[in-house]
Amino acid sequence: MSLDKATVRSIAELARIEVPEEALDHLAGELSNILTFVEQLAAVDTEGVQPMTSVTAMTLPLRADDVTAGGHADKVLANAPEAMEGFFTVPKVVE
Amino acid sequence: MTNLTHLTITEARRRLAKGEITAVELTRAHTEAMAAKRGLNAFITETPDLALEQAALSDARRAKGEAGSLEGIPLGIKDLFCTEGVRTTAASRILDGFTPPYESTVTANLKRAGAVSLGKLNLDEFAMGSANITSHFGPVENPWKSKSDPAKKLVPGGSSGGSAAAVAARIAMGATGTDTGGSIRQPASFCGIVGIKPTYGRCSRWGIVAFASSLDQAGPMARTVEDCALLLGAMAGHDPLDSTSAPLPVPDFAAALTGDIRGLKVGIPKEYRPDGLSDEVARIWDLGIEWLKDAGATPVEISLPYTKYALPTYYIVAPAECSSNLARYDGVRYGLRVEGKTLDEMYKKTRAAGFGAEVRRRILIGTYVLSAGYYDAYYAKAQKVRRLIADDFNNAFKSVDVILTPTAPSAAFGIGDNTDDPVTMWLNDVFTIPTSLAGLPGLSLPAGLSADGLPLGLQLIGRPFDEETVFRVAGVMEKAAAFTAAPACVAPTQARRESAGEAGEGV
Amino acid sequence: MAYILQGDTGDWEVVIGLEVHAQVISNAKLFSGAATAFGAEPNSQVSFVDAGFPGMLPVINRICVEQAVRTGLGLKARINLTSVFARKNYFYADLPQGYQISQYELPIVGEGTLTIDLPDGSTKAIGIERLHLEQDAGKSLHDQHPTKSFIDLNRSGVALMEIVSKPDLRSPEEAGLYVAKLRSILRYLGTCDGNMQEGSMRCDANVSVRPKGASELRTRCEIKNVNSIRFLQQAIEYEARRHIEVYEAGGSINQETRLFDSAKGETRSMRSKEHAHDYRYFPDPDLLPLVLDPKMVETIKAGLPELPDEKKERFMGEYGLNATDAGVLVADQASAAFFESVAKGRDPKLAANWVMGDFFGALNATGRTIDDPPVTAAHLGELVDLIKDGTLSGRLAKEVFALMVETGKGPAALVEEKGLKQVTDTGAIETAIEAVMAANPDKVAEIRAGKDKLIGWFVGQVMKATQGKANPGMLNELLAKKLKG
Repeated sequence: MSLDKATVRSIAELARIEVPEEALDHLAGELSNILTFVEQLAAVDTEGVQPMTSVTAMTLPLRADDVTAGGHADKVLANAPEAMEGFFTVPKVVE
Repeated sequence: MTNLTHLTITEARRRLAKGEITAVELTRAHTEAMAAKRGLNAFITETPDLALEQAALSDARRAKGEAGSLEGIPLGIKDLFCTEGVRTTAASRILDGFTPPYESTVTANLKRAGAVSLGKLNLDEFAMGSANITSHFGPVENPWKSKSDPAKKLVPGGSSGGSAAAVAARIAMGATGTDTGGSIRQPASFCGIVGIKPTYGRCSRWGIVAFASSLDQAGPMARTVEDCALLLGAMAGHDPLDSTSAPLPVPDFAAALTGDIRGLKVGIPKEYRPDGLSDEVARIWDLGIEWLKDAGATPVEISLPYTKYALPTYYIVAPAECSSNLARYDGVRYGLRVEGKTLDEMYKKTRAAGFGAEVRRRILIGTYVLSAGYYDAYYAKAQKVRRLIADDFNNAFKSVDVILTPTAPSAAFGIGDNTDDPVTMWLNDVFTIPTSLAGLPGLSLPAGLSADGLPLGLQLIGRPFDEETVFRVAGVMEKAAAFTAAPACVAPTQARRESAGEAGEGV
Repeated sequence: MAYILQGDTGDWEVVIGLEVHAQVISNAKLFSGAATAFGAEPNSQVSFVDAGFPGMLPVINRICVEQAVRTGLGLKARINLTSVFARKNYFYADLPQGYQISQYELPIVGEGTLTIDLPDGSTKAIGIERLHLEQDAGKSLHDQHPTKSFIDLNRSGVALMEIVSKPDLRSPEEAGLYVAKLRSILRYLGTCDGNMQEGSMRCDANVSVRPKGASELRTRCEIKNVNSIRFLQQAIEYEARRHIEVYEAGGSINQETRLFDSAKGETRSMRSKEHAHDYRYFPDPDLLPLVLDPKMVETIKAGLPELPDEKKERFMGEYGLNATDAGVLVADQASAAFFESVAKGRDPKLAANWVMGDFFGALNATGRTIDDPPVTAAHLGELVDLIKDGTLSGRLAKEVFALMVETGKGPAALVEEKGLKQVTDTGAIETAIEAVMAANPDKVAEIRAGKDKLIGWFVGQVMKATQGKANPGMLNELLAKKLKG
């Protein structure tokens, strides 16, 4: 699969990674190579094969409904690049 | 007095127990080595003062008769493990200034066993790489030098390159690594040490910065099989905080090193001998087969037909999971923020500046293969092939007890080599990735040196949660290999002798 | 009666499907041990899992799973013994992980039914498409600062059940009834408190229109996060009319997410959702398939309370109530229980009238709740007894009831205290009648001349003279006798 610039632009948008316009061509080439490489899989007959989402044979463990965490807003906020009045802050969002 | 940094963990434990040395002495020898060998760039964050404090506490515990299984043993911690109060970077700029308010389960287990932490080891950014050249904090240098070009700086492998380099350079007695597609085994092979990726679910993933959740697994790296067994025993165990952690007791792995592998059937997969495999690697693999035969085991040719699809499968599954796992690095709650006029602009600028090229590439590929219209062709397809690959192993293990393969297709290469095309770099993990996809335990041990004087490793693959058999076979092979070579920087005399062709299992 | 919107080109019908997000009642969050209480200090109920810190992993809360199963059973839905959690990937400031853990292909609950009670006493079955468990996001506050939005993650990770109806609703009224009934069932089950103001129940409406009689579904718009039934109905009506206007002007509707502006009473396109969504769902590799023990499902089933529909049936059969009254009484479990203790061993219709009439009126007027009622069920029962045995007339009973609300005392004590007992002494009533007749000979004459309408006037006068205590039946009888002379 060969990716065009527009597709790379839209993937980068979805992934929220800024890609300068002049870098799109090169990136499109790299990503296309990778896709060509992984497309070998198309040759494998997977008819009737169940997708494998986990290697473990276990099922989901359930925990008790106990309050065991929280109550430490200071620690939650301590690493924040920006916080005010106990809140994280971001550029204003207009809905 | 022997150089304390040359002791194995097993020897150090004995001497500490006898009171011949103290944890503080042992730790100081290592913090000094850490300072002396800073040029390798093995550490991102050195914590020598903290290490000495911990060592003093360790000596105090021992005096009170409360010694743990790794009491006073100085270790390095891959900087993918969150450590409470100590900066954790994942070798990425995006975690700029992040100090976790919590300790990963694995490192907490090691602390509980009495281990001392020397600091945080360098790695490929977010563990994505096979040469430790994608770190925001610069590449790690392999302590080993090639005979043909001793001035050339070689890669230690990756992603646990700092771990492998530090252990090989006798800066740390052992180290934690993580392995998603070979990140413990391949650098262990490149640096001439032992490393094991245990069965998926054996070690808790809680508190380890995630790369690809269905593949990531922590494991130990050390200079001997027994040391790895001791370390894994302390690191492993069921953790209710990780839903994928196996609720199984931890065996005494060191006790599995009985030296007796008579009657064991060892699978030799024919697909691991591709056309381009170097003669050296092929020969050392054959040598390994001979050792096992000599010890009474039976080699059995097996077929793992879907092996050749492992790499493309991995490079769909791992980036897909990574694209989602790394979405949390958005400049809101921790780490780097690059300001923007809008929220989206802030996200995009932050993530563009915070992630390196390889990480960005994988995020983009992962985003693409999960996106509407492509999911089935890529992600769903890869998950189906993943099952076929796992079934290959299931079938093989009906007739064999363990599988022997090379760890990597080559010895360590130069920093800057193999970087033209990401796919070429990925081929380093061709022998380790199938094991990762199947979630099986895989151990790499040094089997000899290449003609150029560089270590080559062999990989042992076991049944799920049967690390004991893997260790048992590895112990026998280690003895047969008698790999005593060390990098010139730590054992000048020995290294000179080797280069003169007097010692080692040169092939 | 069918809800039809008249356009310029003809009649239109509206097709509505609802997605209700119901916060699960639990102590801790779905995947972390942080508390769920409403109204705490910002970021004080946040674990490092909820804040999406590196290396943090989700572990599911058993009670949340059980609550979802309980709700599924209450909606007569299929319980999927194996379900899968998936990540829904998108970026937003209050979504710390960059994805929401939800269920996509395999939800915990499959198809079910919810019956709505229409005002005419009939019912309509609305299909439930599915119910799945998911995490709530945090909360963004946009009005705290001129250039910043503030983020509070207390809600982040709280367990929600997303309950999706089939597009079976055909009017704003039906939509309102659906939400009310769902809320009632959730409250009966104890799985969600149904408090829309606090956001523990929120509603998204998928609305489309089509010419009356058409069978195809047209493009729908999703109106997000409506937080009251009234707004929901307004939003649907507005949206339906907007669609009709667009179609009739020759335009077409774009599938989009819209927001209801309750101040303006209109919907508008959500700017923050302008980007094409591509949620890139995939199974969450941090979580394994959720496999339920069939025994656990059986245990929950056995422990289900009597639900509104069954209770309504029983009220109609056991107490002879009509569908509408029974529907009103069962809407709230506590009210139904209140009614039953009043009605026990008494005239159920009289009891129902008092509960739905004066008692509900008093609840409203005093602002008290059924759990802390202004009049206890026991006292109201006694009042019904006093009416039934003739001690109190309906009118006196109302007076006594008002005093009960005011004083909290029982009816017997009040009757005694205030001397409100109905006069059933023939002599006393006769004396009063005679006094009124003597004072109004002209009116007596008129009645006797055939002006029967004046009888009412006489009843009133005698009642006044007896301070309302005369037994109305006896008064009528005696008055008729006396007036005829």
